[in-house]
Amino acid sequence: MALTKEITLSRLQEKFGDAILSHDEPYGLLTIEVPADRNLDVIGFLKNEADLAFGYLTDLCAVHMPDQKGREIAVVYHIHSLTNNVRIRIKCWIPEANPEIASATVLFAGANWMERETYDFFGVRFQGHPNLKRILNVDHMEIFPLLKQYPLEDSSREDKDDRFFGR
Amino acid sequence: MSDLKMVEAPAGIEGQGFFATSLDTVIGLARANSIWPLPFATSCCGIEFMATMGSNYDLARFGSERLSFSPRQADLLMVMGTIAKKMAPVLKHVYEQMAEPRWVISVGACASSGGIFDTYSVLQGIDRVIPVDVYVPGCPPRPEQIIDGIMKIQELVKNESLRRRNQPEYKALLASYGIE
Repeated sequence: MALTKEITLSRLQEKFGDAILSHDEPYGLLTIEVPADRNLDVIGFLKNEADLAFGYLTDLCAVHMPDQKGREIAVVYHIHSLTNNVRIRIKCWIPEANPEIASATVLFAGANWMERETYDFFGVRFQGHPNLKRILNVDHMEIFPLLKQYPLEDSSREDKDDRFFGR
Repeated sequence: MSDLKMVEAPAGIEGQGFFATSLDTVIGLARANSIWPLPFATSCCGIEFMATMGSNYDLARFGSERLSFSPRQADLLMVMGTIAKKMAPVLKHVYEQMAEPRWVISVGACASSGGIFDTYSVLQGIDRVIPVDVYVPGCPPRPEQIIDGIMKIQELVKNESLRRRNQPEYKALLASYGIE
């Protein structure tokens, strides 16, 4: 029988029980939340189980929700099982004060640059990453620009009148 | 009789078999009509520049048909397009490799002021890293505007004193950008 979202979810709940904190299907995409310290267990299980075979890390990024105190940053993994054509999204919430999570580079070499990008824009420190430094922004940038406390605009701009541009 | 359009001779003293003028104006005339541009095209203004080099607009008419893709042989740095902050040191490096005398034209809103990209990752005008001689407004500017900018550069080149690049004002200008 072909693998479905329902089977994937039941296999995960069977294996990890309460560590699957929540699950949902926004726009038909199976989405689960797991504790940050279990991220590699879950992703490794999805990748290495022969019948699941989630072998393709589509995307790895982060989300900043400053209003959720103590769990401000979500690290999001999108994983695709090419053989079964099933996708899953995994969210791990971490505190902004100590944004640390284990690096997925041990499972997917392709996570290397995605984690560097996530570090570059959100300051998430991926433990065990071989080369965690900025990748897109200038090296001397002092902020993590996609955190919501930092403005989008360049503060050195001179030709704009703040009254008309909402600054 | 050919109807070739020639550049006019500079002001001078003319007589039977001789013509006398200052060295500055002769060299200025030669330089102004043989500017070798280095196109530093990063986005849509570069597309307009391609049209400018094409046969409809034909920048070759101004003596600039020879594009130089080596900064060492270029006279004019044409910066056309958005310059990200990460590219700013590259642009400065290209400028530093150009031999004197050198001119810079900033084509389009992004190169001149950052344009619509008022954001943390975009350089808010190339004049923050290198001195600029002529700004061409537009988003993107039409080829006519780019040609107008080149003609403004030609005027600058034509009227520049041979001593300008050795003057303390010019050295102070470069020093203010941290360029040796």
